[in-house]
Amino acid sequence: MSEHEHTEHIVSPGMYLTIISTLLALTGITVYAAFVDLGRFNIVVALLIATIKATLVVLIFMHAKYVPERTKLVIIAGIFWLALLLFMTLSDYFSRVDYRGIRYPMTQLISHTIEHRG
Amino acid sequence: MHRTGSLYGQFKTLEQQKDTATLGMWIFLVTEVMFFGGIMLAYTINRHTYFHAFAMGSNTLSLGLGGFNTVVLLASSFTMAMAVWSAQTSKKGLITLFLSLTILLGFVFFGVKYVEYAQKFHHHLVPGKNFDIFYCANNPTKCEDIDAADMAKEKEELEAAAKADPDLNAHAQLYYSAYFGMTGLHALHMVIGAGLLLWLVKESMAGKFSAEWNNPVDIVGLYWHFVDIVWIYLFPLLYLIDRHK
Repeated sequence: MSEHEHTEHIVSPGMYLTIISTLLALTGITVYAAFVDLGRFNIVVALLIATIKATLVVLIFMHAKYVPERTKLVIIAGIFWLALLLFMTLSDYFSRVDYRGIRYPMTQLISHTIEHRG
Repeated sequence: MHRTGSLYGQFKTLEQQKDTATLGMWIFLVTEVMFFGGIMLAYTINRHTYFHAFAMGSNTLSLGLGGFNTVVLLASSFTMAMAVWSAQTSKKGLITLFLSLTILLGFVFFGVKYVEYAQKFHHHLVPGKNFDIFYCANNPTKCEDIDAADMAKEKEELEAAAKADPDLNAHAQLYYSAYFGMTGLHALHMVIGAGLLLWLVKESMAGKFSAEWNNPVDIVGLYWHFVDIVWIYLFPLLYLIDRHK
């Protein structure tokens, strides 16, 4: 532990205003983007914008940019663990072929996915 | 517990005390990330499998109400951040003001959510015996809050979706189970947050928070912002599927 005195970083109201304006603008953009036909990339764009918004909230509103390194490590470890959960589970679901040779998501049983995604 | 001013006995400095509290809260928030992450993962797999039903379900949600609530919640995060700033700069009156504004915006969110949930009950979109995704298309007079042109379009889309997925009603029910489950858990977190905020208002009116001691404001702030982040993901996941048709 270092000896230096109170060095808490105080984020200015101006910075908070900038962030909230950006968040509101991004909300508008994500609604607009939902009405543009991007095929399978609609979901990618929506989640990308959501992740930018979440990152802004974490870094500035939640002060993650200004916390000690060990707290940052906890945050990054959490995100990494979530990534593992998502990646491992989804790669299993989307590559699984059952004993009948039917691929998830049962496209032979319900014809929707192929038809919809072209 | 032994305490000197705002400093508890086990800590050397106020800074170390604050860092410890923040670290602990983040560890808790990581468990919350895994909790909501797991639910969203299950939702994603179902959405991929029953795409037509989920798209139909999403299209029956009110984008206006959902979008409005997103703005309300983002604004409440801003007022929360300002409450933390007021505490850090010892502006005691402002702490109470911004905390109260945050609660107020939280209640606006609940109000809109109530209107949304009530609409789903009227439209027979609550999972269970009476669930019927075709209800409004078949009984337009009973769903007068939906615009006639929108209704005709919805009916067309429903017919197309029913052709692609013969079990559309059951799968749409799955969507609505996810909708109520996820927004319900989110709302539960907000109720807890509002309770914590009420307690903070009481403490701040007693003048307990200042630049030296504001850990509770900071920690509840972290929680409130986290709940905001959950909604940042829920909004596109639930409301914005396949809107472009």
